[in-house]
Amino acid sequence: MTDLTRLTLAEARDGLRRKDFRAVELTEAHGAAIAAANGALNAYAHPTPEAALAMAEAADARLAEGGAPDLCGVPIGVKDLFAVEGVPTQAASRILEGFLPPYDSTVTAKLRAEGAVFLGKLNMDEFAMGSSNETSVYGPVVSPWRRKGETGPLTPGGSSGGSSAAVAADLAVAALGTDTGGSIRQPAALTGIVGLKPTYGRVSRWGVVAFASSLDQAGPMTKTVRDAAIFLKSFAGFDPKDSTSADIAVPDYEAALGGSIKGKRIGIPKEYRVDGLSGEVQSLWDHGALKLREAGAELIEVSLPHTKYALAAYYIVAPAEASSNLARYDGVRYGRRAKLAQGDGIADLYEKTRAEGFGREVRRRVMIGAYALSAGFYDAYYLRAQKVRALIKRDFDEAFRQVDAILTPTTPSPAFGLGEKTNDPVAMYLEDVFTVPVNLAGLPAISLPAGLARQGTPLGLQLIGRPFDESGLLALAEAVERDSGFSARPARWW
Amino acid sequence: MSVDAEDVRRAAKLARIAVKTEELEPLAAELNGILTWIEQLAEVDVEGVEPLTTPNVTQARQRPDLVTDGDIQEKILMNAPDSREGFFVVPKVVE
Repeated sequence: MTDLTRLTLAEARDGLRRKDFRAVELTEAHGAAIAAANGALNAYAHPTPEAALAMAEAADARLAEGGAPDLCGVPIGVKDLFAVEGVPTQAASRILEGFLPPYDSTVTAKLRAEGAVFLGKLNMDEFAMGSSNETSVYGPVVSPWRRKGETGPLTPGGSSGGSSAAVAADLAVAALGTDTGGSIRQPAALTGIVGLKPTYGRVSRWGVVAFASSLDQAGPMTKTVRDAAIFLKSFAGFDPKDSTSADIAVPDYEAALGGSIKGKRIGIPKEYRVDGLSGEVQSLWDHGALKLREAGAELIEVSLPHTKYALAAYYIVAPAEASSNLARYDGVRYGRRAKLAQGDGIADLYEKTRAEGFGREVRRRVMIGAYALSAGFYDAYYLRAQKVRALIKRDFDEAFRQVDAILTPTTPSPAFGLGEKTNDPVAMYLEDVFTVPVNLAGLPAISLPAGLARQGTPLGLQLIGRPFDESGLLALAEAVERDSGFSARPARWW
Repeated sequence: MSVDAEDVRRAAKLARIAVKTEELEPLAAELNGILTWIEQLAEVDVEGVEPLTTPNVTQARQRPDLVTDGDIQEKILMNAPDSREGFFVVPKVVE
């Protein structure tokens, strides 16, 4: 039998229906792969092999009856940000140590109802704050990729670094990620997989640990564009429990694939030719554009003049929202509580718990947020950032009058080594220069592998679409995927 | 605008995060590095621009004002670091 961990989601779904293998076999194969790899990669923070087998058995029974949904029996990994009933959920933070949610997030409840098999909770940056998966209380995730001829550990990207490493190393058929400033697309690009951030409002945020509520979206991280289409459909859609969830029908994304892209207008934003863009990323971007033109698309230069201010606006808006969202971690209702000294009062309880419960990057962002929202600074920082945000959105609205989608690189450079950027927060923030504007504007965007850098690790291209046009975006992405013929895989060293 | 140790002490207080006195200066330097970089927002002409709070939401939805769950005291307390007789336990807050 072929190696079951190599299957795409579409192949797994179809094979289960043809009875080529059972969900239990598929799950056991992934469980064995996780057991063999996790010591080296640290992708799973909480593997749940026994619960996975029970879910797989139930899925096999349902598949035998016929008419089971697409995800039935498919083993997936879940980022530690999603509440999963009875399974540790701590957003990779010490402050949520021991927290066992008595409920499922809407996304995991939908997947559970479809019969998907949960292999466990995936490592990530603490509260999704990071671009390298190094801020996690569980320790960093190590990328399955290495530089040519080197053995030094590289980042799998972040914050969804456990998700990207798991999919790239065949430790899950697909994985759930979340994206606040690039946390699905950047790790997908650095590990050679597909990552889609849906339109803000497309996927319910209920039961997903909140970072920055006006930016957060959950999305699929998969081996192919088709897999992203299948996976997204299974958990997208309106949810009355999320007040910003859009009451818009979810189309059959898979049905939109396979068509011609002839006549599609693709925008190339001139402001994305930033300083620090590596030559090889530039040539990969040019090559991707050329391929689209050969396939019949029309290339149009567009202007997004406020691009250079996006990161600065983001690093006010996101910390401000985080400082408010993270106020709930008080050591009273759930999670960790600091040991108190004789005579300590309630304020000491809060301050000591939060000082030892939050890691350095989280403390930094919560303090910046509190500062930016404080009396005397609110107008200069927070209000101004929100106005710049409106201008960034307006730039995209203008561009989408002329084009159907926008093509950019996903990251300015390939994967870097663990520890290389941890002491320079601004250098780390620059990782997200091409992804952050999309979150500020609430648009859908997909990253797909487009080639290898000279160092031997993957690079990604990003396609940005109109609000709620994930179908159009996936169709374009599939055409690019077909043309690029990317098939590189990390050489197994773990 | 430049952040000093006193500003950090104030921000830490607002954020309810204990910071040791000797950490104030290094933290001020760190936050200054980030805030100086953010200063570039001052270049942007935002005259007459409405702030964008949440994308793709034109009107906030309201739900019916109905009780839809309850009687889950055990679930609410199951993750508490300290609880007694159906209550969360905290240090004395009233003298």
